[in-house]
Amino acid sequence: MKSESIILEMKSITKEFPGVKALDNVNLKVVEAEIHAICGENGAGKSTLMKVLSGVYPYGTYEGDILFKEQLCEFKDIKQSEDLGIVIIHQELALIPELSIAENIFLGNEQAKKGVINWNETVSKARDLLNKVGLQESPNTLIKDIGVGKQQLVEIAKALSKNVKLLILDEPTAALNENDSENLLNLLMELRSQGMTSIIISHKLNEIKKVANSVTIIRDGQSIETIDTADITEDRIINGMVGRSLTNRYPERQPNIGETFFEVKNWSTFHPVQNERQIVKDVNLHIKKGEIVGIAGLMGSGRTELAMSIFGKSYGKKTTGEVYKDGKPLNLTNVTKAINEGIAYVSEDRKEYGLILMNDIKENISLASLNKIANNHVINDNKEYVVAEEYRTKMNIKTPSVTQKVGNLSGGNQQKVVLSKWMFSEPDLLILDEPTRGIDVGAKFEIYTIMNELASQGKGILVISSELPEIIGMCDRVYVMSEGEITGEVKKADATQEVLMKYMTNSRG
Amino acid sequence: MNSITTLLKKNLKQSSMVIALVLITLLFQVLTDGTLLKPLNITNLILQNSYILILAVGMVLVIITGHIDLSVGSVAAFIGAISAILMINMQMNPVLAVIICLAAGALIGAWQGFWVAYVGIPAFIVTLAGMLLFRGLTLVVLQGQSIAPYPESFQKLSNGFLPDLFGGTDIHIFSIVIGVAVSLILIGLEINGRNNQLRYNFEVGSKGLFYAKLVAIFAVVNTFTYVLATYRGLPNILVILFVIIVAYTFVMKKTIIGRHVYAVGGNLKAASLSGVQTKKVTFGVFVNMGVLAALSGLIFAARLNAATPRAGNLFELDAIAAVFIGGASAYGGVGTVVGAVIGGLVMGVMNNGMSILGLGIDWQQAIKGLVLLAAVAFDIINKKKS
Ligand SMILES: Nc1ncnc2c1ncn2[C@@H]1O[C@H](COP(=O)(O)OP(=O)(O)OP(=O)(O)O)[C@@H](O)[C@H]1O
Ligand SMILES: [Mg+2]
Repeated sequence: MKSESIILEMKSITKEFPGVKALDNVNLKVVEAEIHAICGENGAGKSTLMKVLSGVYPYGTYEGDILFKEQLCEFKDIKQSEDLGIVIIHQELALIPELSIAENIFLGNEQAKKGVINWNETVSKARDLLNKVGLQESPNTLIKDIGVGKQQLVEIAKALSKNVKLLILDEPTAALNENDSENLLNLLMELRSQGMTSIIISHKLNEIKKVANSVTIIRDGQSIETIDTADITEDRIINGMVGRSLTNRYPERQPNIGETFFEVKNWSTFHPVQNERQIVKDVNLHIKKGEIVGIAGLMGSGRTELAMSIFGKSYGKKTTGEVYKDGKPLNLTNVTKAINEGIAYVSEDRKEYGLILMNDIKENISLASLNKIANNHVINDNKEYVVAEEYRTKMNIKTPSVTQKVGNLSGGNQQKVVLSKWMFSEPDLLILDEPTRGIDVGAKFEIYTIMNELASQGKGILVISSELPEIIGMCDRVYVMSEGEITGEVKKADATQEVLMKYMTNSRG
Repeated sequence: MNSITTLLKKNLKQSSMVIALVLITLLFQVLTDGTLLKPLNITNLILQNSYILILAVGMVLVIITGHIDLSVGSVAAFIGAISAILMINMQMNPVLAVIICLAAGALIGAWQGFWVAYVGIPAFIVTLAGMLLFRGLTLVVLQGQSIAPYPESFQKLSNGFLPDLFGGTDIHIFSIVIGVAVSLILIGLEINGRNNQLRYNFEVGSKGLFYAKLVAIFAVVNTFTYVLATYRGLPNILVILFVIIVAYTFVMKKTIIGRHVYAVGGNLKAASLSGVQTKKVTFGVFVNMGVLAALSGLIFAARLNAATPRAGNLFELDAIAAVFIGGASAYGGVGTVVGAVIGGLVMGVMNNGMSILGLGIDWQQAIKGLVLLAAVAFDIINKKKS
């Protein structure tokens, strides 16, 4: 066997933030033309390690050495690492919505002579790149008009335009549905066969098992081990990540389901701008006390829109239909009323809709329930602190203090802050929209446990999720949506991937 | 020692502002051979800057919500004009006139807040329009002329002093009594806060440091009132300012409304999905700005003892500068009332000091511009370091 050539070596990397040692002597070796996965719990330091590698955190702000193609690298900024062919696609996409695909691909790398852009060349080169990544869209389409799956492909095309040797993808499939994820992974494998090396961070272990040649595991800022192809199993990875094995992916539960307490009847809503587009069509659903109900569906099937329109008309126009709680009709014209009626909605997009990133953890947790920590509108700071500490322990939020800015937390820990906020509002009905997106297996288990606990207290839970195993594993009953309609209602006993997929792709009638 | 540095670091923004203010004050104190801090001049300083400080308090709320208000100078002028019509031309009772003027300010704020909050027009444009509109209306109302003089009782708003209930002759005893009372109340609040924290088993700073802070509070407040007492005592306007600053600091720091204002500026969408009535908050902040702009206009008119068409010119820029020098963020979500007031004082001390030195208006403007840039640059560079 030919000895493998090491393309990248990171040696004893240590990176500290005020009060946090994010990386502690991490070592990483990546072989040329492999897909190398990095796994670890939320806040383990994966994103930080990749930011060190790509020059986001410049040389001098960390300790340790980076060797790329046996050459010592001291990147001052991202530009320098890109010049060597190291390109990172961040956890949050960095495309400009109002610009076209072609403009985005060549942003910062414009096809120009003497400062004047050659549009013909830009468009034709963009077309070639789009072909390479298998995206059938005109290069002139605006980014805001294509879905996240396609946007992710544009990011890769952009990377390819920079002559990438080492592509870093930080949770690229977190927001993608199964089809889009599969596309993306196939593309990575194809690029691998053409000799490209990539590093992928993901919490979806089945994907890692599918594509990775080796997996490096990081726990609490330290590199634990590197596993090679033959030994990669989900259990093995989990074992390394959490330091023990996890026998069950879904916690045990004895459902104790009471009577129907929440009903939605003939619910319809229209697109806020395109007046004629009906997004939710005549939906009827109900939830019983102590029941966990799922909503499955493809991206764009109207699940989030349904939930948000119920939650105080946060989405849509010309919304019609009735909502009943405990048999009484509710008039939920704004979010405050919905919250007062004991409804909580945990958004799928925590940064845009869930958190105030510049504020600290305690202020975020209290925001939806300030009345609970206030006397006559005057906030009791001490009480707020105590409440936040309580949730920090309960939800296992990794942070030195609840006065830490939420923007400085890792993605998964941010999600736990959003969940804490809504748990503190003590709802009767908790609507969770993709609650485990970007969350590690251990934390997923914790979140499932919390869902079960709330259900056992007699609360109703409505979960929107694109991960069918999660829906099947957790829910007592599942509604399936397609193109704004409910196309099926499936009991736990009958819920299989095949059945759900059938309803998800078939529209009624 | 250690705990002092951590304390300073924790409040770097706030304390660096205070330090800057102290340094600038000392600088001008030396340059002006001690004129700056003479009792007479301190009294003047307060009178001269009161209307900008009041505007800055309103403006910091607007800027925290992520907006801006360019119209406050024109609104102040317009309200000044109305007050002159009411009190001078129509001989209305001053108290009634002031109430009507403040209500008019609220209406103007509601007008602008409506366009910003409910129609969604950027505040920059709405208030730019307001700046032209209300300046124009001022000219219309005054027919291009100044109107004077105001009734004596109204002038007292700006030029009056608290009466001495204790009949001091060389020194204003009532002012000293107030100083002692206020400092004792502040000390009581500090002790109460610390005890509360102890009750929740929180970590608190060392005892020595805490006592030092109490002594400092007592010393600063009482020196200040003593110095004023050796002239004519506490100006009425200082009392108004004090009440406004304390009330707004309390609202912004301690109440649900304050939290909602910060949340709207921090992330509008997240705030609205958390049950914050974002439109109402934005609307309310503009109404509030209108009222404070009206108050500022009244005080200015009372001080000049005339309503003039050019009143309030460039006030908006001074107020905005004060807010940014005081550490607010142009992107919203960040800023404090106390910071804005300190920022306003920095500008005020510089204005006053440079005037005493005989520097022309031209150079004053240029230097103020540079100070604004330097203050914000310092802040941003500091933030990058940490
Ligand atoms: N700018 C920052 N300031 C302070 N602390 C930070 C900053 N960025 C990251 N951290 C901390 O460093 C640790 C590692 O964060 P990192 O984002 O690398 O985690 P991660 O492994 O990518 O987690 P996730 O799977 O949740 O994305 C966390 O504890 C986080 O709170
Ligand atoms: Mg990450």
